[in-house]
Amino acid sequence: MVRKSQQDKKSVYGAAPEQDPILSHTLAVIVDNEPGVLARVIGLFSGRGYNIESLTVAETDGSKKLSRITIVCSGTVHVIEQIHHQLGRLVAVHDVYNLTVEGAHIDRELALLKVRGKNDKRIEALRVADIFRARVVDSTLESFVFEITGSSEKVNAFVDLMTPLGLVEIARTGVAAMSRGKEGVHDGK
Amino acid sequence: MATKTSTKAKPKPNMQLVKAVSSSAAKKVQSAPVFEKKTLTGAEIVIQALVDNGVDTIFGYPGGAVLPIYDAIFQQKKVKHVLVRHEQAALHAAEGYARSTGKVGCALVTSGPGATNAVTGLTDALLDSIPVVCFSGQVPTFLIGTDAFQEADTTGITRQCTKQNYLVRDVKALAGTIHEAFHVAKSGRPGPVIIDLPKDVQFAPGPYTPPAQADLSRYQPRTMPDLSKIEDAVEMIANAKRPVFYTGGGVINAGAGASKLLTEFVHMTGAPITTTLMGLGAYPMSDKQFLGMLGMHGTYEANLAMHDCDVMVNIGARFDDRVTGRLDAFSPESKKIHIDIDASSINKNVRVDLGIVADSEEALRAMIAVWKKRKYKMDAGVMKIWWAQIEKWRAIKCLSYQKTDKVIKPQYALERLQYFLSKQKKEVFITTEVGQHQMWAAQFLKFDQPHHFMTSGGLGTMGYGFPAAVGVQMAHPNAMVVDVAGDASILMNIQEMSTAVQYRLPVKIFILNNQWMGMVKQWQELLHGERYSNSYTESLPDFVKLAEAYGGVGFRAHTPAELDDVIQKMLKTDCVTIVDVCVDQTENCFPMIPSGKAHNEMILSADAKKFDKTLV
Repeated sequence: MVRKSQQDKKSVYGAAPEQDPILSHTLAVIVDNEPGVLARVIGLFSGRGYNIESLTVAETDGSKKLSRITIVCSGTVHVIEQIHHQLGRLVAVHDVYNLTVEGAHIDRELALLKVRGKNDKRIEALRVADIFRARVVDSTLESFVFEITGSSEKVNAFVDLMTPLGLVEIARTGVAAMSRGKEGVHDGK
Repeated sequence: MATKTSTKAKPKPNMQLVKAVSSSAAKKVQSAPVFEKKTLTGAEIVIQALVDNGVDTIFGYPGGAVLPIYDAIFQQKKVKHVLVRHEQAALHAAEGYARSTGKVGCALVTSGPGATNAVTGLTDALLDSIPVVCFSGQVPTFLIGTDAFQEADTTGITRQCTKQNYLVRDVKALAGTIHEAFHVAKSGRPGPVIIDLPKDVQFAPGPYTPPAQADLSRYQPRTMPDLSKIEDAVEMIANAKRPVFYTGGGVINAGAGASKLLTEFVHMTGAPITTTLMGLGAYPMSDKQFLGMLGMHGTYEANLAMHDCDVMVNIGARFDDRVTGRLDAFSPESKKIHIDIDASSINKNVRVDLGIVADSEEALRAMIAVWKKRKYKMDAGVMKIWWAQIEKWRAIKCLSYQKTDKVIKPQYALERLQYFLSKQKKEVFITTEVGQHQMWAAQFLKFDQPHHFMTSGGLGTMGYGFPAAVGVQMAHPNAMVVDVAGDASILMNIQEMSTAVQYRLPVKIFILNNQWMGMVKQWQELLHGERYSNSYTESLPDFVKLAEAYGGVGFRAHTPAELDDVIQKMLKTDCVTIVDVCVDQTENCFPMIPSGKAHNEMILSADAKKFDKTLV
């Protein structure tokens, strides 16, 4: 494990830029739903220079006042490990699960897209939405609002296709994720 | 403006009357009620919770938003309040108190500027893992967010410089919050906690629950080591050819028991040991296995042993950049064991071969048990070779300096101070400010016990030492407390002279006065072409007169001949004393690992040509 990269480095602050590949990881963080928790989590990322790609948070257990934060973050294996431990030491954090390394998981995102157009473009938008199994949740004679759920990649692809068809506005929730299989994160607690 | 909210407060009941009526009811709640009344106000709950958490001294400064707490302090005798002259000093004093006693230090500041002044002290405590609980006043809840007078977003500002912080909006949650704050501050890796208390919450009557009833389940950091990993670690040590122990503040934070176990285990192995600045005193510095401090201004033998070792045993240290030097050349051939209570410290800066999350006392106890059970013994022949190498490094005498009888060398001043302190019958505590004098103090003063050396390691806060000494002296009224200072650092919290005089604290301030910001000058001399930008103090005060102006005593030594007399006089005074030691203005602190260099690229003398000036 001892790093022995002997490459000559000019920086006086020693450690050279990490050369390990940058990966995206999905973390599920169970926290007390109290003021300031989200700020502490976000402050940790900004203070230590970690990257957040997506973050969602909502209360998941009203009786115990627990919230679940799903964070998609990117970094080398070393950085992700650090993020995991740094989150774990916060007082209001109960558990941190790295869904990416703990086995197969599902991640889903919901997006609302407003598409404005007439005639062929309007029909084409509706056709593409059908292919993507997006639902129409609002409609005027000149516009649709589509609701689409799926992986971030699927949502990205849908957005790309809608752009030339009159896309005027997007709202995305960010990723919510869960491990596959029968095990639950609260098992044994 | 803020005082208008006091109309909400209930008038204080006649104390004697209440005493007669409610003594039986009060006994049900807790064994030693501070206030003889049935229902406490938020401010009184704070005091009761302090007492129940073992606090006898709190350092603070009043202001509009904490007046109810000051009123409660006035009406009791169990918690002594020490009035500092600046909130930063309150935090440093609490740190000094905490670090010299092993207890949680306490501070009390007002809203707005009180809280922002506390930020430096909180950050200092965070970086050095010192358990501190700070209470700050806040504008009443209904004014929060209105830019009210002396309002600051204290929890927002302090979020990144505290281990945990709280804004208590409901008096019902107050007692539980305070108990959790003390628990968080001292458990796991210790650190500062701030509790922000709006003024209306301080006035509001509320229930009090004692610490025993507090729910602390959500923060229970791991302290017991994984035994199989301990076995692996002990085996690695036993098979090592060139082992070295590298220990830090974690051993001191774990308590005196950890230091004893460390000494025992290091003696069992016969291996050399070096400690960080924060770890000084965890292992007796006069012991022959001790190599001195390591790092940027550590000893040659300590740093070379770190560089050339084959098994490194890090206990309670965090591979700080002042310790490791250039990371990719840091101890390249060694297997590294890292024992730390904070999982996020392991593999943070340096990748280790074996990381063990544990309290250092528990880990050491387990390691000793395994060592004894398996009857391990180091190979005497191999260790002899290793020690022979270390003795060669030692023979260089890296701390030697040019002696002269014309001018006082700072190292000489500290050697003489050490000489007279070692003859002291009183318990001796040392604090330092930050800079050259701090490094010289670490090199030349000897600490054989933990909790006797207080210094700002991680944050490097100039102005730390004097208020910390005030805190130490409050905790140990009969001890000899010396703040080794520089002429620049001491001015950063010189106002605490007033505190020391008010509470008759006989703190000794030993200023190594070279009229420079010495460490800044040293770097400018060695790395910036001797362009001394803003590091010379043109108009220093007359420190002797300054001490007298505050009501203390001042002495000055110009020549080596005067020094002994002045130190002896200083040690005999019974009030705050400044000793102005006029030292050699050209002296620099060596040895030194220039920033970004490896341990084996240490330089021993002031030859500027040896520095690579492109690396700054």
